Amino acid sequence: MSHYYDDHDLSRFGDMGRNAPDLWDKFNDWYQATFREGSLTGREKALIALGVAHALQCPYCIDAWSQECLEKGSNLDQMTEAVHVAAAIRGGAALVHGVQMRKRNAQLSM
Amino acid sequence: MEAQLELPTRNAHFSPRPSERRFPSFNSRLARHGLHPLRATGIEVFQINVGKLCNQTCRHCHVDAGPDRTERMTRDTAEACIRALELTDAPTVDITGGAPELNENFRYLVDASKALGRHVMDRSNLTVLLLRSQSDLAEFLADREVEIIASLPYFLAERTDAQRGAGVFDKSIQALKLLNRLGYGRDPALRLNLVYNPTGAFLPGDQDALEREFKRELDRRYQIRFDRLFAITNLPISRFLDFLLETGNYERYMERLVNAFNPAAARAVMCRNTLSVGWDGQLYDCDFNQMLDETVAFGAPNHIRDFSPELLENRRIVTGLHCYGCTAGAGSSCGGTTA
Repeated sequence: MSHYYDDHDLSRFGDMGRNAPDLWDKFNDWYQATFREGSLTGREKALIALGVAHALQCPYCIDAWSQECLEKGSNLDQMTEAVHVAAAIRGGAALVHGVQMRKRNAQLSM
Repeated sequence: MEAQLELPTRNAHFSPRPSERRFPSFNSRLARHGLHPLRATGIEVFQINVGKLCNQTCRHCHVDAGPDRTERMTRDTAEACIRALELTDAPTVDITGGAPELNENFRYLVDASKALGRHVMDRSNLTVLLLRSQSDLAEFLADREVEIIASLPYFLAERTDAQRGAGVFDKSIQALKLLNRLGYGRDPALRLNLVYNPTGAFLPGDQDALEREFKRELDRRYQIRFDRLFAITNLPISRFLDFLLETGNYERYMERLVNAFNPAAARAVMCRNTLSVGWDGQLYDCDFNQMLDETVAFGAPNHIRDFSPELLENRRIVTGLHCYGCTAGAGSSCGGTTA
């Protein structure tokens, strides 16, 4: 394997259903139900998914959800803000652990 | 055999790409759902393309229209269109271009169609309404209650101008305000519909959701009102095809269209109830086939001078790979989604 990520692999996602079709069907049903319009619009859900894709740093998800956001009518300003939300939460999550560092410091230090 | 009945997706001056062969023929997909051969069900929309002259040069334009184009419908051909229209009970006349209003016979076509009691639609690029030579155009349209189908791919300048040219968005907003002042989008007799088409290599999203978004944003930002929004898929022909090829998006876009084939949309494709007349009087199944120079076939008369409702109403439709653009997802037509 010359490289780990290949954009053609996104269209082969369905191969994951081959050896565990029941689990794949359950995942698919749940996934599709999740993204149906509900209290949140499809466009809002796509922006959340785009943010999560960046937090997870999944190239397949970023690829798919960037396109989905455009199709749902979002613009680059909105998509960039969604990425900042994800990045801010990741940054905040790292920073808030500094409290643990400070507590440990207090415990160990004279 | 079946593949020989299909159009190439691109114009003849492009050499076919080997990879095109791997996409299943449109006819084979129709056959799988009992829709082959695809036939017209009547002529409800009599669409007249008066030529390629336009005051804009949009990057996605399937007509390849622009200010330097000279193809335009003559008075003789326009009169032949009206004589043919009289032979049908088609309730709607859809006038398109280019910028159809720039044709010297546009107003004749409107008045003659109205005199026959037909509903008339004008596919407008909006900015034409602001040209000095067209200063009375908006009132002309309003007086005759012509429905306006106006192109506006997005409610922000950046994306609109990227597709339609620098400064087009601001002028489009001015034109929409002018139409609103005349009662368009407010008076039920003055229908103002917008056309959304994606500003890149992606498909349109849910039409109703996009309409809600456009209504909210155009009202909030500019106090503009309109009736309906039609979401139209960009078909892989002409300038949009060039864009797909130049940006390396062609195969993936086609894959997406093919994978999104929806038999319900195929049953409702616009070519089944539309007849498209070209600037020179040639007859086509749709405006897209017109741009591929593929006239009606299979025994149907292919020129307006030979117009015969009996031979055209149930004609067999000429199809090609580009037809996947009208059958993807919720479908696409000059009137928006179909399924």
